[in-house]
Amino acid sequence: MDTTKVATSNTTTAATTKKKNRVGAVAGWADDRLGLAALGKKQLRKVFPDHWSFMLGEIALWSFVVLLLTGVFLTLWFNPSMGEVAYDGSYDQLRGIEMSEAYASSLHISFDVRGGLLMRQMHHWAAMLFVASMMVHLLRVFFTGAFRKPRELNWVIGCLLLILGTLEGFTGYSLPDDLLSGTGVRAADGFIKASPVVGTYMSFLLFGGEFPGEAIIPRLFTVHVLLIPGLLLALIAAHMLLLVYHKHTQWPGPGRTEQNVVGYPMLPVYAAKAGGFFFIVFGITAMMGALLTINPVWKYGPYDPSKVTAGSQPDWYMGWPDGALRIMPGLESEIFGYTISWNVMLPILILPIVMFIILLLLPFLDAWITGDKRDHHLLERPRNAPTRTALMVALMTMYGLFWAAGGNDIIAITLHASINQITYFMRAAVIIGPIIAFFITRRWCISLQRKDNETVLHGYETGIIMRSPEGGYSEKHLPLPESKAYALTARDRDPVPNGLPSGGTDANGVPAPEGGRLAGLRHRLRTLYYADNAQKPTPEELAEGHHHAEHEHELQTGMDGHAADGHQFDGHHLVEDEHLRDPHH
Amino acid sequence: MRLLNRSAGRLSRHRRGPLAGLAVVLLGLLLTGGLYTAFSPAQAGSTKSSADQIEQGRQLFIVGCSFCHGQNGEGVLSEDGESQLGPSLVGVGAAAVDFQVGTGRMPMAQPGAQVPEKQETYDEEEIAALAAFVASLGPGPAIPDESDYTLEGLSEEERQQAIVNGGQIFLTNCTACHNFEGSGGAMPRGGYAPRIRGVEPRYVYEALLTGPQNMPNFSNGNLPPESKRNVIAYLNSLEEQPNYGGFGLGGFGPVPEGLAAWLLGIGACVGAAVWIAAHTTRSNKKKADA
Repeated sequence: MDTTKVATSNTTTAATTKKKNRVGAVAGWADDRLGLAALGKKQLRKVFPDHWSFMLGEIALWSFVVLLLTGVFLTLWFNPSMGEVAYDGSYDQLRGIEMSEAYASSLHISFDVRGGLLMRQMHHWAAMLFVASMMVHLLRVFFTGAFRKPRELNWVIGCLLLILGTLEGFTGYSLPDDLLSGTGVRAADGFIKASPVVGTYMSFLLFGGEFPGEAIIPRLFTVHVLLIPGLLLALIAAHMLLLVYHKHTQWPGPGRTEQNVVGYPMLPVYAAKAGGFFFIVFGITAMMGALLTINPVWKYGPYDPSKVTAGSQPDWYMGWPDGALRIMPGLESEIFGYTISWNVMLPILILPIVMFIILLLLPFLDAWITGDKRDHHLLERPRNAPTRTALMVALMTMYGLFWAAGGNDIIAITLHASINQITYFMRAAVIIGPIIAFFITRRWCISLQRKDNETVLHGYETGIIMRSPEGGYSEKHLPLPESKAYALTARDRDPVPNGLPSGGTDANGVPAPEGGRLAGLRHRLRTLYYADNAQKPTPEELAEGHHHAEHEHELQTGMDGHAADGHQFDGHHLVEDEHLRDPHH
Repeated sequence: MRLLNRSAGRLSRHRRGPLAGLAVVLLGLLLTGGLYTAFSPAQAGSTKSSADQIEQGRQLFIVGCSFCHGQNGEGVLSEDGESQLGPSLVGVGAAAVDFQVGTGRMPMAQPGAQVPEKQETYDEEEIAALAAFVASLGPGPAIPDESDYTLEGLSEEERQQAIVNGGQIFLTNCTACHNFEGSGGAMPRGGYAPRIRGVEPRYVYEALLTGPQNMPNFSNGNLPPESKRNVIAYLNSLEEQPNYGGFGLGGFGPVPEGLAAWLLGIGACVGAAVWIAAHTTRSNKKKADA
């Protein structure tokens, strides 16, 4: 073997290459000036755990990158002006029509800029994916308990990203100034005006006078391309820095503790995986942009306050407040000659803000109820926090029903149903549905917990059916592999809530440690939070279960390989050592 | 060959027969008459007298329509006299009959929120007879002629203007119920504005003229015949143009777009995430449990 081309040493002295290459020289030059090696040495080897659900946030990150790339392309031609022009482009059906420059330039991008329509559609699809993937990521974080200490503030940042992403989407939806987007802006104007006392002033401030005026498109443009993207970038940076600082959470398993992270290093594994995922997300967005029509602005025509189209809906992420608005009964009251429009205020101004505040506070509420102040880096399976899981499923159900109500007209014509009856149904369903979902999910989780305990204690079902000499059938169980059994039982036992609320004493006469006015409420919530949860088996139960299983196993192994055909007990030989069944039963 | 020769011989043998002249004259008359009826412009009395047609229509009407509309199309009141089983057809005109029966809406299978379009029950001749009968009950809009709704005879520039004008009329008057590309929309209490993409121009014209069911009536005073023609030209142009953006998702706006984003977009992205996480670095072929 020719060793001249190999590094001279790999032991105590540092390896040196035979000849300095150019890459090394450049890296050395940069390191001398920027100190990259010290930073890179730590961060490039940063370990991340591997699970598909940890990559959901990445979809949001990469679709945001697609949004930045396609968005920059669009700004090169988009003209955010409400000045009137007569259209003179290549779309025949609108030639000669008076329209705003914003709409004319949207048409120009769609029909007269090479690749413009593809970029527009990719931008729009990426926006839909951006918000959707943030929500999927949020659900993963909540269901697995990844929001718990020390990550509560990162949850808050994530919520801010979600609401900013929604606003960013809405401003973008409004920019082309077509009939649909104009209808959306008109609706927003109505919502603002529904706020008592200050509504009209706020509307005049936003529109620079009466709707529509000439200021709204340029203003929304600035918000859309400068203000919100800047905030999004800053918050995404903070979100990811905190991720690096906290280190990623991981699923419990052998060798995984609250003090370590088991996985693969950033370079080369995650750099390749995440980089590859970017190309996949980009590819999916490009495929959708190329194959599926989204927001065909040329068919809507220019905005004109006197026109409207059936099927006027916002983009999906604004769909649920729209649904709340659609099913809200027409409540209004008059105070001192002023009308308070509860029918608009409640579903559009109050409900989303209340829901958002609830979302922001979820980690703090959870921590307050459980009283858990420990750091958590190991995730919980959704079934092991039944009340928490059920709470989120209830919220999801409510969201989904409001969302469906936002498409009530499309549902009506698709299912040949009456839009009125759909509306009446939804009014009740948005309240009853979440309650039913809560209880079903909670009991479902507890059943899954019990099933886990069953598997740990009595082994897994092998699918092998044994027939006993009497003719009875039973399924052969085998003990779980140790690593699986460990993963199933790595969770903590739920704390036993003190027997008495504040002011009382426990069985040992120790007074309850906490006071305060809300202590009683907290105690009751905590009792309900953990009520009926199945606890993992105790070591004694486990030992008993294993003993039992071993015995059964012994009996069964004796019969392995030859059928229990009854000849063992046919009286032709001694049966002292053979049992018909487990004598312990 | 022999056979041909023989028959030729037979024919030539008869050509001087006593009936030969008569046969030739009859053949000539038949040919001329046939050609005339085939190629001459249709005239009132040329096919069937209108009285006959009205009578045929009356017979059909009594069997298929009179149960709800009355034997003379006067309408039938419900028992309490509050509502109408079927409305009076006096003055609705041939256009209404052609639309309702021609699209299969009438005769209706059952009462309901709205009468749906279905396979038509009568053939063209019967529909024409029914239309003639109802038209005879009182003056009303006639079935439009094809020249009313085509752009035949217009210059390229005039056609262009007609389509643009039709688009503006469509967006102002029609989209609120029928949606921006005529995909249809929901109306209160189970009613709906039907999909109008792909509907025959004649029926679009007649619907505008007669305002069937929930639809308002766009009389010629409100919407001149030319504007109706332009709307139809715009709808046709939408159908003729390629799908610039790709598959149209039914043309229902943001709802199917949102569904596609979740089912296709997020579905594909999550699927890719599962795939990436399942394929990780390893030094042997056995899957690592990391």
